[in-house]
Amino acid sequence: MSGKPRIWLFGDDVNTDLIIPGRYLDSYDPAHLASHAMEGSSKDFAARVKEGDIIVAGKNFGCGSSREQAVIALKHSGVQAIIARSFARIFYRNAINLGLRVIVSGTADSVFKDGDSAVLEVEANTLASLDGSKMVALEKIPEHVGAILDQGGLVPFIKSKLRNA
Amino acid sequence: MAGRTFAEKVLGRASGNPKAKAGEIVEASPDLVMSHENTFLVNKSFSEIGLSRPWNPDRITIVLDHRTPANTVQTAEVHSRIRKLVNDYGIKRFYDAGEGICHQLLVEERLVRPGQLVLGTDSHTTTAGAVGAFATGVGATEMAGVWATGSLWLRIPETHRVELSGHLQKGTYPKDVALRIAAVIGPSGADYKCIEFNGSLIQDMPIAGRMVLCNMSVEMGAKAAIVVPDAVTKEWFRGFDPPVKAVVRSDPGAEFERRMEVDVSKLAPMVAGPDKVEISRSVDKFEGVGIDQAFIGTCTNGRLEDLIAAAEVLKGRKVSSSCRLIVAPASRRILVDAIDMGVAQTIVSAGGTLLPPGCGPCLGSHEGVLGPGEVCISSSNRNFRGRMGSEEAVIYLASPATVAASAIEGKIADPRRFLK
Repeated sequence: MSGKPRIWLFGDDVNTDLIIPGRYLDSYDPAHLASHAMEGSSKDFAARVKEGDIIVAGKNFGCGSSREQAVIALKHSGVQAIIARSFARIFYRNAINLGLRVIVSGTADSVFKDGDSAVLEVEANTLASLDGSKMVALEKIPEHVGAILDQGGLVPFIKSKLRNA
Repeated sequence: MAGRTFAEKVLGRASGNPKAKAGEIVEASPDLVMSHENTFLVNKSFSEIGLSRPWNPDRITIVLDHRTPANTVQTAEVHSRIRKLVNDYGIKRFYDAGEGICHQLLVEERLVRPGQLVLGTDSHTTTAGAVGAFATGVGATEMAGVWATGSLWLRIPETHRVELSGHLQKGTYPKDVALRIAAVIGPSGADYKCIEFNGSLIQDMPIAGRMVLCNMSVEMGAKAAIVVPDAVTKEWFRGFDPPVKAVVRSDPGAEFERRMEVDVSKLAPMVAGPDKVEISRSVDKFEGVGIDQAFIGTCTNGRLEDLIAAAEVLKGRKVSSSCRLIVAPASRRILVDAIDMGVAQTIVSAGGTLLPPGCGPCLGSHEGVLGPGEVCISSSNRNFRGRMGSEEAVIYLASPATVAASAIEGKIADPRRFLK
């Protein structure tokens, strides 16, 4: 991870057309998708997002289409985690299945500001500002979901399940 | 013992846990799975898993509908690769470009049956709840996992029961009901839930209208939605083997997390937008808003009933010179029927442009993309900014009749003025 993780703050109901519009779905190239990530919500996100940055958002993040390219675009742009008040269900599953950490928090979007630097402590399950002035305890990732995430996504999870069967 | 919900029954049966309750996580085996162009992504993940064939090709349906006929060289290549894997895996239920929209075909071809667990790599898979199936959307990698193992984890959802009463007045349709409900429930009010539509309105509603309600439920966050199956459901399957002897329904006394009542007696034609489905109000609040494009079609409202409703408005009239009307039937059968009945003639003579059966411009990939500053009124399901093209374009949602009336005036218009 290079530099300090930056918080990218978004509101409620960020839909998949804002994350990656349908007109880019002809391509399955992760780099191409990442170059248009969040285009509908933020003009500078794709250009300025760095490896390890964190998205913090309101309710119902990822609502709309089932397009997995929404997760591919964000993951490939370097986002290490998305922390939201709630997630639309297909997006949530897609993120887990592709190994992108999605965590529920009822307060992170009111505590952190866009542009804040923060650290996600996976073991402690907290999001904290670098100077220690802000800290939010995140909701625990459900066990069956965590098991898939720990393997890096559904493909490695199933491969290991089939190996051990 | 308390009664059990439809969702508990279907997911309990599909997971071999007949006593499973809402909130439990089960490993369920789907009866039918469907994917469209994103079969390409499904197969990419499936290949990484390293198996040579899906668990059960007879349970797989593949439909090319999102970008048909191919809009780019990349899409053409994706289509070719899907045709090849269909052949390699021995998948018999394959519908190539031009046959129609996946959600339409699953119901029209009687592929989905009452009480089934159906998964599709498309959010509008909920549409199949119109015939009493538990149908929900998943992503491509999730589907690859199902191709590999024949199952997936699912949390059994709580149920929201919506009782619909009253009769629809002239110029109002199931789409207006759906837009009204979207305003009440909001974009996440039914997140992770199963919606059940019931009530006196449903008794008179054909499968086409039921598909609209179940289709739009995903815009409220629903995991699945059904119209409580009844005599209309059974009639739909008459003559199709095997006969439907019983349907799965929630027991009397089943626990519903939320109950809602909506009386449609005084419902006016509705328009939703811009940008959000839940911003829906009666058409008079929008009348006079100028439009550049009017679109009738999609898995929401591209059925024969919709084209007939549009033709009733368009008959003997002309589309305004200040806008375009484009129409995409949801399937080949619908197109053929529309031609036979003279409905297609009416639409084209009035100035409409007919597109091949498929998703058309709904998702902004081709066939009627919006430019900056343009305004579209559409019979589709999403008005999200940028969905149909430019981020500086605006989309309003409405019924096919309202879209047709707006096309005639070149601005948002009340269809009741054009109906006898």
